[in-house]
Amino acid sequence: MFGRLTWDSIPFNQPIPLITSLIVFVVIAAVLVWITRNHWWPYLWNEYITSTDHKRIGIMYIVLALVMLVRGFADAIMMRAQQSIAIGQSQGYLPPEHYNQIFSAHGTIMIFFVAMPFVIGFMNFVVPLQLGVRDVAFPTMNNVSFWLTASGVLLTNMSLFLGEFARTGWLAFPPLSEKAFSPGVGVDYYLVALQISGVGTLLTGVNFVTTILKTRAPGMSYLRMPVFCWTALASNLLIIAAFPVLTVTLALLMLDRYLGFHFFTNDGGGNSMLYMNLIWVWGHPEVYILVLPAFGIYSEVVATFSGKPLFGYRSMVFATLGICIISFCVWLHHFFTMGAGADVNAIFGIASMIIGVPTGVKIYNWLFTMYGGRVRFNVPMYWTIGFMLTFMIGGLTGVLLAIPPVDFIVHNSLFLIAHFHQVIIGGVVFAIMAGYTYWFPKAFGFTLDERLGKAIFWCWFIGFHLAFMPLYVLGFWGATRRMQHIPDATWAPWLDVAFVGAVIIGAGIALTVVQLIYSIRTRDQRRDVTGDPWDGRTLEWLTLSPPPHYNFAVLPDVHGEEAYWTRKQTAIKQDQLIKEPDYQPIEMPVNTPTGVIVAFFASVCGFAVIWYIWWLAILGLIGAFAIFVWYAWRDEHEHIIPVEEVRANARERRRIRMEHLHKLSQST
Amino acid sequence: MFLISGCNRGIWDPVGPVAAQEKQLLINSTAIMLAIIIPTMIATVGVAWWFRRGNTKAEYRPDWEYSGAIEMVVWSIPALTIMLLGGIAWIGSHNLEPSRPLPSTTPPLKVDVVSLDWKWLFIYPDQGVATVNQLVVPAGTPVSFRLTSATVWNSFFVPQMGTMIYTMPRMTTRLNLQADRPGVYNGLSSHFSGDGFPGMQFQVRAVPADQFATWAHGAHAGPALDGAAYDQLQKPSSYVKPFTYGSVQPGLFDSIVANRPLPPISPKTTPPAMHVSPQPPAGHNNVR
Repeated sequence: MFGRLTWDSIPFNQPIPLITSLIVFVVIAAVLVWITRNHWWPYLWNEYITSTDHKRIGIMYIVLALVMLVRGFADAIMMRAQQSIAIGQSQGYLPPEHYNQIFSAHGTIMIFFVAMPFVIGFMNFVVPLQLGVRDVAFPTMNNVSFWLTASGVLLTNMSLFLGEFARTGWLAFPPLSEKAFSPGVGVDYYLVALQISGVGTLLTGVNFVTTILKTRAPGMSYLRMPVFCWTALASNLLIIAAFPVLTVTLALLMLDRYLGFHFFTNDGGGNSMLYMNLIWVWGHPEVYILVLPAFGIYSEVVATFSGKPLFGYRSMVFATLGICIISFCVWLHHFFTMGAGADVNAIFGIASMIIGVPTGVKIYNWLFTMYGGRVRFNVPMYWTIGFMLTFMIGGLTGVLLAIPPVDFIVHNSLFLIAHFHQVIIGGVVFAIMAGYTYWFPKAFGFTLDERLGKAIFWCWFIGFHLAFMPLYVLGFWGATRRMQHIPDATWAPWLDVAFVGAVIIGAGIALTVVQLIYSIRTRDQRRDVTGDPWDGRTLEWLTLSPPPHYNFAVLPDVHGEEAYWTRKQTAIKQDQLIKEPDYQPIEMPVNTPTGVIVAFFASVCGFAVIWYIWWLAILGLIGAFAIFVWYAWRDEHEHIIPVEEVRANARERRRIRMEHLHKLSQST
Repeated sequence: MFLISGCNRGIWDPVGPVAAQEKQLLINSTAIMLAIIIPTMIATVGVAWWFRRGNTKAEYRPDWEYSGAIEMVVWSIPALTIMLLGGIAWIGSHNLEPSRPLPSTTPPLKVDVVSLDWKWLFIYPDQGVATVNQLVVPAGTPVSFRLTSATVWNSFFVPQMGTMIYTMPRMTTRLNLQADRPGVYNGLSSHFSGDGFPGMQFQVRAVPADQFATWAHGAHAGPALDGAAYDQLQKPSSYVKPFTYGSVQPGLFDSIVANRPLPPISPKTTPPAMHVSPQPPAGHNNVR
């Protein structure tokens, strides 16, 4: 009846996961009670859960990512603590079977459920606004994408309380992840959660490529798109190309585990090298799926806060697309030590280095954007300059790893760990924090506290270097990754420094929560009344903060590369706004519970598959399919926003804009 | 001995030609890149600071967004650097290809390596002995390894000797290393392989050539590694103390690679089954 699920699945004998689960349950229950007592359910249901508004979906992605960042960080600090304690005779406080779950969960969660939702959240919130349109191409599908990602999150975190998570590392290499070596439910949790959220990500890719290629404001030609949109396009093209590979690879492993196939097993003609190749054919582009939009965020920030257009715009676009293409030709650098031969290793090594060229160009172009500018040191600019400095070192160590004979002595070591944290924290996380501060006022109509923002930056910047620079050194000394026990007592001081670094990063994360609460409480003093708090250059700053559901009363006419900047300068020069257009009623997509219900059934099905409860799996599958059929038969697609409402809102915006304009005219 | 374990400095203290060349490559490439990166970092901070909004001496050029000459330079700097490093990578990959025999007047010592859950088996086909978690090699003599795994993937790595390589089930990889300086060096698995993984440390003892011959001769006193002993050995255990087998059933390595049982041998050569009794450090239980 319940497959493999028994009372023994609950870790009654392991205090750490048990107590953590109880705390999580209490927190979730408290939040639910709080929402209920404030009667917020109708608001949440209508404005967020069932919303098809790209801005609301973007915010939900970012909230999800923030929550998962806390989970992923909890894993990180536990690992650092274990490695600081478990030296010499001491075995630390985590036995191998628990420690191995923690680093597997840390990697899986940070990549799939922190970095990805953050980046996708920003693309959701920003891309339609920057393109000057009202929504993404497929608004309902967008909602489904989000909820499928959330379903993956739910299943991954459920493994804390029921059963176990994978103990194989975040890429679950066979044969270790095969049934013969990992008979438990851990790898199944991993596979099923990633399959479900992977579908969501693929749908996002389809959605955004369509949006960017097919729906842009009049006059917004490709070479007038903001660089963030270009990077989003490149990233989503990579999603469409790479995620099916992930889905197939994980499906093959599922066939091995569930139906006794032999794709990657030791016996029956299986070949585990095949998995290594396939997973990295997805895995390397994945890095660029994350970092390209991050580059886009820095490009927007550096231009805005330097008061100048981005230097070498076309060069940046070319570099972005170059990285997009080359990123598919380098996967083998993840396993030079497989013994593929000198020619193969050298070719993939050089291909990997070539990615350094467009990336280097980007660094110089940001530098020359600041050159001749009037640089304002607001929080997003701190993150950007911090990124440029950190990322150059990360690039250096990356090129070192791309030289096969150098990789032969540092592969899989803590040097590698330091390298990819340097590019992912220094590259992606810093961009996320920059983007969060930069677009927060657009989303909520008030800015985040600057002083706390700078404190958060210094926590991350100092904490990161303390946490990871020692790992480079330890890597030189032969310290390898994923060690539940440290063999060499002389490493202890360096691991302690790394632990302190992680604590400082933790302080940064805690301050982010403090900053949010403090900024909400003092929001009346920090209102963004103009919709353009940073003197922006792209179209999202044209509309008010927060923007109306339909973004723009009339789709803006785009002239020139920097659509909003051009328009703003013309208005300042003439001391008047463009002539009031003829307002029309606006059709907007209706809310739909499709996403959340599909994800519910997908979660049920996934859970059942993990635990071999086949009747429930079939029920879940039927439920998910039925809701699609029900959705396809819907009668109502859109609702109409009456012209009076559009006009009233637009006039209010014009009035605010006129005031703002007069102030700007006087100041210049 | 020359070095006590726990006091080595990994790839920073190479003891053989492979490790020494790789360390040199690491240093050279880092120096080349730092020559570009340090000025760029200084320029980044300098430009950002000089062009700060409060600095009235800095010239504001709000529309300056393109310069062909600068574009040319900014594409050239990384491109030229990468061409140089690409050349280094190409030559280095070929010179230091793991399967390439090392140039030497001394014929290489052959060692077959098997990674097990969670220990290392080293078979000396020419000496007819085998060791667990201890690799004894003659200093100054190239060692030619054939490597495989009896279970999951691992990676064979002796930081002070250089190049690591994967051990994979049903496959054989090849590696050539040499230790010139006698001493004791740490070895490890550098690819995660399951619960007992941190206990997969082993020792490399590089001894003068004459001492190696003495050691190999003395090793014959140990028990035999036959089918039964191998069955004992491959049971999962971790933190296994080094020990030696005095004889090895021929064809053991090949049958592990082929994943087929060892052919039975005639009873008169079968000594009593060897009892593997791993002794983990205090407070440590065998995993699984």
